[in-house]
Parts: sequence; C-alpha cells; structure tokens
Amino acid sequence: MTETVNPAEVPQFPGARAARCPFDPPPVLHALQEQGPLAKVKVWDGSTPWLVTRYEEQRALLADPRVSADVTRPGYPRSAPVASRNGSAISFILMDDPEHARLRRMVQAPFTVRRIETLRPAVQKIVDGLIDDMLAGPSPVDLVEAFALPVPSLVICELLGVPYADHEFFQDNSKILIRREADPEERAAAFAQLVGYLDDLVGQKLDHPGEDLLSRLAERIKAGELTRPEAARMGVLLLVAGHETTANMIALGTLALLEHPDQLDLLRRTDDPKLIAGAAEELLRYLNITHSGRRRVALEDIEIGGQVIRAGDGLILANDIGNRDPAAFPDPDRLDLRRDARRHVAFGFGVHQCLGQPLARMELQVAYGTLYRRVPTLRLATELERIPFKHDGQVYGVYELPVAW
Amino acid sequence: MKIVIDQDRCIASGQCVSAVGEVFDQRDEDGVVVLLDPTPPADLAAAVRQAAAVCPARAIRVEE
Repeated sequence: MTETVNPAEVPQFPGARAARCPFDPPPVLHALQEQGPLAKVKVWDGSTPWLVTRYEEQRALLADPRVSADVTRPGYPRSAPVASRNGSAISFILMDDPEHARLRRMVQAPFTVRRIETLRPAVQKIVDGLIDDMLAGPSPVDLVEAFALPVPSLVICELLGVPYADHEFFQDNSKILIRREADPEERAAAFAQLVGYLDDLVGQKLDHPGEDLLSRLAERIKAGELTRPEAARMGVLLLVAGHETTANMIALGTLALLEHPDQLDLLRRTDDPKLIAGAAEELLRYLNITHSGRRRVALEDIEIGGQVIRAGDGLILANDIGNRDPAAFPDPDRLDLRRDARRHVAFGFGVHQCLGQPLARMELQVAYGTLYRRVPTLRLATELERIPFKHDGQVYGVYELPVAW
Repeated sequence: MKIVIDQDRCIASGQCVSAVGEVFDQRDEDGVVVLLDPTPPADLAAAVRQAAAVCPARAIRVEE
C-alpha cells in the first residue's frame, strides 16, 4: 500500500493504482498525503500544479473565494488536452460567480431534497422492473448494461425530458467525452454532437413545452434570461453528469460489496433506511469515483499547510485521497458501512459541490437497498483480475461487470 | 442555540435538509435554504451542528 516518494522528484499525476487494490487510490497519493497536505505534481502537459491531498486543506481551498474554477484562466490545470477548435466549457461547473450562480440557480429547483424524495416510488419501480427483467433473462449478465446504466439514465431522461430511446447515442458520446485518453478532436466531436442534440431538444420544448427541466429552460429563453446555447450546454452537463456517475457508483459499489461479503451481508438483511443511507455515504467516500481531482487556479497568493500557493498556480484537489485521510476518517482504508461517512468530499465542496447529489443519493439508496435483497445469491461471474476498470476515465468505475445468481 | 443562514451564499446542495429536515427547508423556486426553526430544541443540536459542518457554501452559522 505505502510507497515512498523521493522529495527531490516531482511525481507524475495521475499515478497508477496498485494492481491488487482496485478500490484504493494510487499508492503515490497515500505517500504524498503522509508527507504533507500539498505537493507539486507533474501533469500530462509538463506543468506542475499543486496536488492537495488532505481533507481539511481540500475543504478550505474549495470554499476559498481566492480560488477559481474558471477553465479559461491561465494556469488552470486541465485534465486533458483540448481541441483547438473547441474551448468547450461544459457550462457552470467551469465558471466562477456571478455567472456560475446565475446559471446554477436556474436548474436547482428540481433537485431539492423534498422534490427528489417524491421521485423515490418511481425510481423504486424502475429498479424493481430492471431486476425482474434480469432475473427472467440469462445468467450471467453484464450488470452495467442490465442495471447500473439504465437506472440513472431512465431517471435523468424523465427529469430533463430527453427521450430514453436515444440512450445509446448519448451514452456512447458521454463515454468519449469523459475518457481521459480520448483524442481531443474525438472528444470535441462528441461534445458537439451532444450540444447539437440538446439544442434540438430545447428547440422542441420551445414549441411544445412539457413539465420537464428542459421545458423550464425553454421558458427562460423566452423570458430573455438565458441564451439557447447556454441552455443546450447546461442540458449536456445535466445529462452526462446525471447518468455516468451514478451508473459507476452502482456497478463499482456492487463489485466492492461482493469483495467484502460481510458488508454485503448487512445490506442483504436490512430494510432500515438509515443503514442503507449510511451505506451509500460510505460507498461514496470509499470509492470516490471522481478520481481525476477537482481542478482550480489561485487568484491570489494563499498561505496554507506550510506552503505558499502563488496567484496563477494550478490546484488539483484529489478528493479520493482526501476521503482516505486518517485525520478525518479513522481507519480510512476499511469499507465500513456502519461508520458515519456523511462528511465525505465525494461530491466536492464549496459552491461547485454536486448539484444532483440528492438525486444521486436517492438512486443509490434504492439500488443498494433493493438489488442484494432481491438477488441474495448475486455473485461475480469472473475473476476480479479480469474486470475492466476505468483507469482511463475521468470518472472511475468498471466497463463491464459479469454477474450470476 | 441560535441559527443564522445566508441565503445569498446558499447553493442548494440540500445537505442541511438531509441532516435535519425539522430545521431546514429549501425554497420551491430555486432550492435556496429556508430556516424553519431558528432556535431548535436541544435534541436536534448535534444534527444542526452537522448540517453547518457539511454545508459546502458555509451558509449556516450556529451561535451556541
């Protein structure tokens, strides 16, 4: 698990995970965290932004108004090269206030905790229906295709007003968009495809509004509060973020539980909403699938953790290792569904913290709270070594998860 | 215990409502925090402190 880092050398980021520990952050992150709260790392373009590894410093910097999320600022540490023809900021997650707040506030209403709670019966029905289909079909099956991906895709389609019939189109393009090593031109093309698709949909909602979120955005366009390109980009953000992340949490979470049978057993034997909710928080903490780090740039000099971050320095806040900080979570590398993990930073921190988190939480609670109870004999249909992990993804997970019962 | 909220800072993460729905709510139109009970009973104090601690926008202040 531990690895030493020569302080004279600037380590490469992202590092590789240890072959036998697919649920743990790369060993180099553990080593850097032991040495101090922040260190310089070398990234793909040869630049050397700060990597922030400890929980408290991550929270402090993510909530610090002297830190910017504006991707267009010099020094911003991009996670991958971008195509020359496309400076594609995927909406408000890569902007600062007041623009960020203006756009985010337009889409906050459907994601309130109480509004999301009203969707729980519908999500339960989706989950039950997919499990019915799975049990009626052949075993083994790929859990990603049969369950993990359709659950959040169906839900976000309903919420946004996107036809689920188009799921292959948007899932395929989303995959390219968030693959770290995708060719920049290919990624730009996928983004353009998605923007074009959402723009068409927004156009349809302008003429025939419904009850969905895209129709609300169409109303804003009519009221002159939002441009159509802004609406299309927000639609892409919500569609991509709304299905990929939760799908990865369902599939990777299931694999982690299958590898920790005593923990899986807790979920198999309970219908206690508190235990299930706590389990979802712990899996979010432990797996922290957004393993590329939150990216920021300093607007002013900032003294923190015994270092001085200079104005214009890039920052990468590695939430995966922050969630394994022993100062914040005792025995952090142990998956313990009964611990209080609620303070995790898997959804980020500060004004950019995940907008869809109440939805993600509810979906995960329903999925984790139902699948193992209804399929108590669920097991991996291959060896762990043969599972294709998303090492090359902006978001971690598994490409496939063959399971049997 | 007295609670003060800052609606301008709020980003509608909903963390406070999840932590203690008896004390916090969100506005229907934009999800911004609404304080239901500025002086909650002692048995909710721990949950209120947690709500303040997890608020990503630091929009909740607790005066003991």
